[in-house]
Amino acid sequence: MKVLLTGNEAVARGAFEAGVTYASAYPGTPSTEILENMADYKEHMIAEWAPNEKVALETVIGASMAGARTIAAMKHVGVNVAADPLFTIGYTGITGGLVLVSADDPGCHSSQNEQDNRYYAKFAKIAMVEASDSQESKDYVKAAFEISEKFDVPVLFRMTTRVCHSKGLVELSERVPFEVIPYKKQPQKFIAAPAHAKMLHPIVEDKLVRMEAFSNETPLNRIEWGSKKIGIVTSGVAYNYAKEVFGDDASYLKLGFTFPLPMDKIRAFANEVETLYVIEELEPFIEEQMKVAGIPCIGKEKIPRIGELNPDIVAKALLGIERETVHPDASKIVGRPPTLCAGCPHRGFFFSLSKKKNVVITGDIGCYTLGSAEPLNATDSVICMGASISMGHGAKKAFEINNVDKRVVSVIGDSTFFHTGINSLIHVAYNRGNTVSVILDNRITGMTGHQENPGTGYTLQGDPANIIDIPQLVKSIGIEHVVSVNPLKLAEMDKALEDAFAYDGPSVIITRWPCVLKNFTEADLKEFDLSKKQCVVIEDKCKGCRVCTKTGCPAISFDNTTKKAKIDKYMCVGCEVCLQACPFKAIERAGE
Amino acid sequence: MSEVKNILLCGVGGQGIILASKILATGLIKAGYDVKMSEVHGMAQRGGSVTTQVRYGEKVYSPIIGKGQADVLVSFETMETPRWLDFVKPDGKVVINAYEIPSATILSGAADYPQGVIEDISSKINTTVFKAAELAEALGNIKTMNVIIVGALVKAMGLEEIVDWNEVIAETVKGKFVDVNVKAFNVGIAQVK
Repeated sequence: MKVLLTGNEAVARGAFEAGVTYASAYPGTPSTEILENMADYKEHMIAEWAPNEKVALETVIGASMAGARTIAAMKHVGVNVAADPLFTIGYTGITGGLVLVSADDPGCHSSQNEQDNRYYAKFAKIAMVEASDSQESKDYVKAAFEISEKFDVPVLFRMTTRVCHSKGLVELSERVPFEVIPYKKQPQKFIAAPAHAKMLHPIVEDKLVRMEAFSNETPLNRIEWGSKKIGIVTSGVAYNYAKEVFGDDASYLKLGFTFPLPMDKIRAFANEVETLYVIEELEPFIEEQMKVAGIPCIGKEKIPRIGELNPDIVAKALLGIERETVHPDASKIVGRPPTLCAGCPHRGFFFSLSKKKNVVITGDIGCYTLGSAEPLNATDSVICMGASISMGHGAKKAFEINNVDKRVVSVIGDSTFFHTGINSLIHVAYNRGNTVSVILDNRITGMTGHQENPGTGYTLQGDPANIIDIPQLVKSIGIEHVVSVNPLKLAEMDKALEDAFAYDGPSVIITRWPCVLKNFTEADLKEFDLSKKQCVVIEDKCKGCRVCTKTGCPAISFDNTTKKAKIDKYMCVGCEVCLQACPFKAIERAGE
Repeated sequence: MSEVKNILLCGVGGQGIILASKILATGLIKAGYDVKMSEVHGMAQRGGSVTTQVRYGEKVYSPIIGKGQADVLVSFETMETPRWLDFVKPDGKVVINAYEIPSATILSGAADYPQGVIEDISSKINTTVFKAAELAEALGNIKTMNVIIVGALVKAMGLEEIVDWNEVIAETVKGKFVDVNVKAFNVGIAQVK
């Protein structure tokens, strides 16, 4: 049976068919749906959200040591978080097949950088498999488990946004249960103490030699002969762009097993063709290794190393072909940046905070990154998960010792706090930092599309779980000034900020209100007044001062002819932030 | 069947573009085409500009297209059309749902909603304009706007006979919304001559 699947859905299906019984991940675009789809196979496997990627990979290492087939999935920058265990399991190897999916994001569609994680395979000395479409995503995941067990090595399964989020037809197969490998205590393998590590290193080097021999033979690295005037070495989604542009006018060495590279096969292919191109997205990972091996080729001097490729870019770079296009009048194009939703609880917080003077605001990764955008313009920095609290601490300490008078507020979401922010806050508490850390608890992992986290009360597979009590947690690590507020009540929010500024020592404010897009739980409905409301502008009272538009609410517009504000009744959910912001009481609750 | 056809759908996060693409892709698969479809997830969805691409033919490689390659651009929102216009073949078609959603840039007063978008595009390329919002409201459900647009698109591509689209809709939307969406689809078909 053939079905239309995204690459992510296909990976989940492949893991299911391969007999996986344990999977873990931390959500991150473009990887999130891999684990979400595995959660549906509840009868056959356990799928769990971890608080961060390091934990996800470590649980999977444990499951592998226990003899099961197991998979972890994360976005490219998540692998940075999980890098510590990754490098060492390169040495120890595995028991049950272990696959780590790295979903890279060329073009930074939803990421802070576009790092090329293929280098992790070379760096950590582990095998790497790359799929170019949904069918391969499913088939190659199954192959990856076999490779993992054959060579006693974790496999990096590298995907990119266009493989993860494109749909293609996939032929499904039955699940073949994987019989768990009987547990055996193996201290010389799994205790990576220096004496053992020294013994493991030569074994790893030997595995690399054997894996390169495999790479030269495996059908995952296949040649498609066409015209021999042009030869193309390619992998991942770039293969499709090459086929689209060159069709039968070139021959292809399509690589699916990309570390170690099949250098003999590449050399033999190179000898058969007149001009040899390497078409790969982002870095010259394949090209560099070919050149070191003495195989001349044309790669990054023609193909951009920045951003995503597409058929057009390839055609222009290698053939100088540019398609005719129709150009609109450029004045008709107006930007459409993403915004916080109407009714988003982050808006009340950022609106209050943005009015404070002499404040440095260190931000974090989540929807609330949008607090940095017009018209709120609040945030000063966003680097990586959890950095808001630690960067704020370092900045404040540096300001203090250098006699610079600045206040520092660190802003982080609930899931990001559980991810790594909690470690940073321990640092602040123990070293008596003088920052205000604000935890935006919207009762869910928002930006990636509503995943459960240790604060929500449910596991990924729908079982009830104990909720971490953030105020209690924060107090127990040594923060004495802790306040919980409703961020949609501006006076309350403002007072919480002023009190925290006045306090000498580390303080935490927890803003607690659910994401407006969330499917509310019974607990949410009990705790919060989530009844449908709406706000309207009383035209006679509106003076056209535009303060309400400074909240950045997408439901509010300003009519330049009447000079009055207007609220879209379809979008407004009655959060009342604009109502409180209006200095002329010109906004009221509808029907009152 | 050999030539690959390319459809680019654009609009604003929340307009139901992904469901619209899914209905289209499901129909094309039933008709026996190889199909590839590409979506964008994540932060872009928060009120940002959104596109999906649907490609079909005997064998489709790339899930995405480049500039000058779309046979038809279907725009769910007026000012999104010029943003993606250069992806259309000069002899391709543009279908515009005349519906204005001001962006944050406009709401904050930093820019005005652009005037004369449809006139500009109509003067350069084969363009069909209709108002799916009004048609959807007449059907009693504003959310059917996306399915009306799919109907118009299917007609514009000459695909109305390839499968029983009513059956496709019944398979892709939730039970109680099937009837209204089947009606919406047929309203869309009737918009394109």
